[in-house]
Amino acid sequence: MVYKRRVPRFLSSRPDSRLIPLPWELPLAEWPTDYLVALPRGISRHVVRFIKVGNSVYAAKEVIESLAIHEYRTLTDLHRTDTPAVEPLAVVTGRVGLDGEPLDPVLITRHLQFSLPYRSLFAQGVRPETVGRLLDAMVVLLARLHLVGFLWGDVSLSNILFRRDANEFAAYLVDAETAEMHETLTDGQREHDLTIAITNLYGEFSDLEAGRMLDESLDPLKLVESIITRYRELWAELTGAEEFSEQEVFRIENRVRRLNALGFDVAELSIETSPDGSSIRIQPKVVDAGHHTRRLLRLTGLDVEEHQARRLLNDLDTFRVRTSQGSVDEPVVAHQWLTECFQPVVTAVPPELRGKREAAQIYHEVLDYRWYASQRENREVPLLEATWGYIADVLRALPDEDLTDATRVGGDERQLANPYDPSQGFVDDEGPMPEDPWETAEDDEPASPPGFLDIDALRARKR
Amino acid sequence: MATVSFKDASRVYPGADHPAVDKLNLEIGDGEFMVLVGPSGCGKSTSLRMLAGLEEVNSGKIFIGDRDVTDLPPKDRDIAMVFQNYALYPHMTVADNMGFALKMAGVAKAERDARVMEAAHLLGLESFLARKPKALSGGQRQRVAMGRAIVRQPQVFLMDEPLSNLDAKLRVSTRTQIAALQTRLGVTTVYVTHDQVEAMTMGDRVAVMKDGILQQVDSPLTLYDKPANLFVAGFIGSPAMNLISGEITDGGVLVGDYVVPVPRETLAKAGEEKSLVLGIRPENFKLATEGIGLDVDVVEETGADAYVYGTLAGLDVDAKLSAQQIVARVSARTPPQRGTTVKLNAVDPASIHVFSDKTQERLSA
Repeated sequence: MVYKRRVPRFLSSRPDSRLIPLPWELPLAEWPTDYLVALPRGISRHVVRFIKVGNSVYAAKEVIESLAIHEYRTLTDLHRTDTPAVEPLAVVTGRVGLDGEPLDPVLITRHLQFSLPYRSLFAQGVRPETVGRLLDAMVVLLARLHLVGFLWGDVSLSNILFRRDANEFAAYLVDAETAEMHETLTDGQREHDLTIAITNLYGEFSDLEAGRMLDESLDPLKLVESIITRYRELWAELTGAEEFSEQEVFRIENRVRRLNALGFDVAELSIETSPDGSSIRIQPKVVDAGHHTRRLLRLTGLDVEEHQARRLLNDLDTFRVRTSQGSVDEPVVAHQWLTECFQPVVTAVPPELRGKREAAQIYHEVLDYRWYASQRENREVPLLEATWGYIADVLRALPDEDLTDATRVGGDERQLANPYDPSQGFVDDEGPMPEDPWETAEDDEPASPPGFLDIDALRARKR
Repeated sequence: MATVSFKDASRVYPGADHPAVDKLNLEIGDGEFMVLVGPSGCGKSTSLRMLAGLEEVNSGKIFIGDRDVTDLPPKDRDIAMVFQNYALYPHMTVADNMGFALKMAGVAKAERDARVMEAAHLLGLESFLARKPKALSGGQRQRVAMGRAIVRQPQVFLMDEPLSNLDAKLRVSTRTQIAALQTRLGVTTVYVTHDQVEAMTMGDRVAVMKDGILQQVDSPLTLYDKPANLFVAGFIGSPAMNLISGEITDGGVLVGDYVVPVPRETLAKAGEEKSLVLGIRPENFKLATEGIGLDVDVVEETGADAYVYGTLAGLDVDAKLSAQQIVARVSARTPPQRGTTVKLNAVDPASIHVFSDKTQERLSA
């Protein structure tokens, strides 16, 4: 029989025609490795693969239709609200296998460049302070999601990707399967997410501990307890009401500054004065993340992470002072800084090393390098000289983080059973699988198809 | 182990114009498997979260056993939520994968080991305890996830669509396993699903909800045989019950040119109403010499049965397009031909459900 290929349907707002010739008639787990890229990632209960499409890398997840479409739409909603999440590209439905049986749809998202799943960060060895920074990034992400009415339902490190953000990290959501979008969230709904977060994170930290990837000074229980504290503090700062006497009006300004320092802009602040005018009550009503990111974007067109933006803006301020342009318009100085400082550093990096770090991260690290070099040599080391030093001493030795090689995942010397799927665990010799009484019994019992209510069987059973 | 009672429990979301859950009254017996079912937005998940303490109760009360838990934080309620997520940790053994939450809760090692062993015994996973989870099948992974909830030995299990992310085959086998396991454990369980087939095959009793209001709570067979209103009638059963409107006439309800006989006492309950809705399940139809006329569009044979799909006879072309489909299950030995018109009658007059058009409530006995 001649096999006739059935073309599946693509649901996408921005279709990529290069997706069409991929082998959709094969279950994702059986795709030839020519189509795949082995990138590190979290564990997943579905079959997930990174696929190469031209020069792009996409993540593909095989999942039942209702969930695939739900997740595609939820991720689209998150993108619309500018919340850090992976970008949805398409849902491929109507797949039919070579045997004529239908296959589950595939959700396709864009691979987040320079992103690091927690397992690969820990595999490289993580200092205790870094764990705190990762948790901070996670807490900021959770609070941002809650601010836009997003109930996650499955908060875990496996469902987050991290990107370097100056000395901190920025967290991105990668899995929205269980998520619900609401107008606003109730306290109960937020507690629900927190409960899930601590259980999942405790499990994940215990797993790292079992795999000898967690520093001995860190206790999983203390780590998850700190998440709750950090989240509650951040949430109170972002949304809590504050009351003070009329003599303390400066506290309005203070609150706004504190929120800015946390990376948030106050778009709407409710200010109420008591009838006799003796006390004032303020409460932020709408806060938007990305305070520094937006300012840098407005001044320079650079779109970078929040902490990177803060660092770059500080450097811009220093540049302004150093060039004695205090009275010149900020956008004019910003343009000079871009062409005289930022761009020369970035273009000095040889093309073959550009996959190691993002441009803004490199600039940030060059600034750090220059500071240490200037201290050491007791002179002001020029920016370009520092850049060359950084490239030679630091950058060359760093691993490539644009598309990291998956062989390092796993930390200890163990090897992944399948380099394309960390959920399948490691190659180790555990002997043959024991017999499972439940699975052998199952095969004898014909099950009625889902969606059909066999009332006669139900009557017979209840009788 | 414990009973669960919702007493006039309501939840109103800020800014919403009607309650997400409206004065819910529900008594769940000790050891009972209660399923909350309904379409999206019916309030079933909100009810479960109110019981879990994850959603505020604006009015009314919730009891677990004799304890009023309405204002207790989730951790003090002695409940275990079983989530659909079942990430298994690759470096940890199956035993540790099952017991890690106990460790987080500060339970001593000896006690942890004993509980994990007991759960593994129940789940047929004893010989897997020392292994890493890498080679486990989908069903085995699902059982380890159930083990995580079982080891906590709660008074009540809460399950929110635990099967929704499984593929069709695994969903069917897992639902049988959960139901069997619940019977053996005897722990009071509240299970939420949007899938009526799941509800009917798993629950001791099923509570059907719509728009925040409890429509009916009964055993699966009672829901099927005596639906309390039109919503329950249409929601429970697949293929769904046929719901046919007709005018009240002497001795029955007129459908097309046929008077479907309806007992006088049922008609009397209709009061001033002009029309009623008749509900007849596909399997309660038979081909007859007189009855409701049906223009046959499709005949689908499935083994001993044939499903006949069509519309009421005598409609003009335009009316046919918008007409509701009628489904009848007949013997596959003498199936009608498509394009013909047949007469359908009830196998037993008692199998005709009669509903008020106005109140939507059941009128027949």
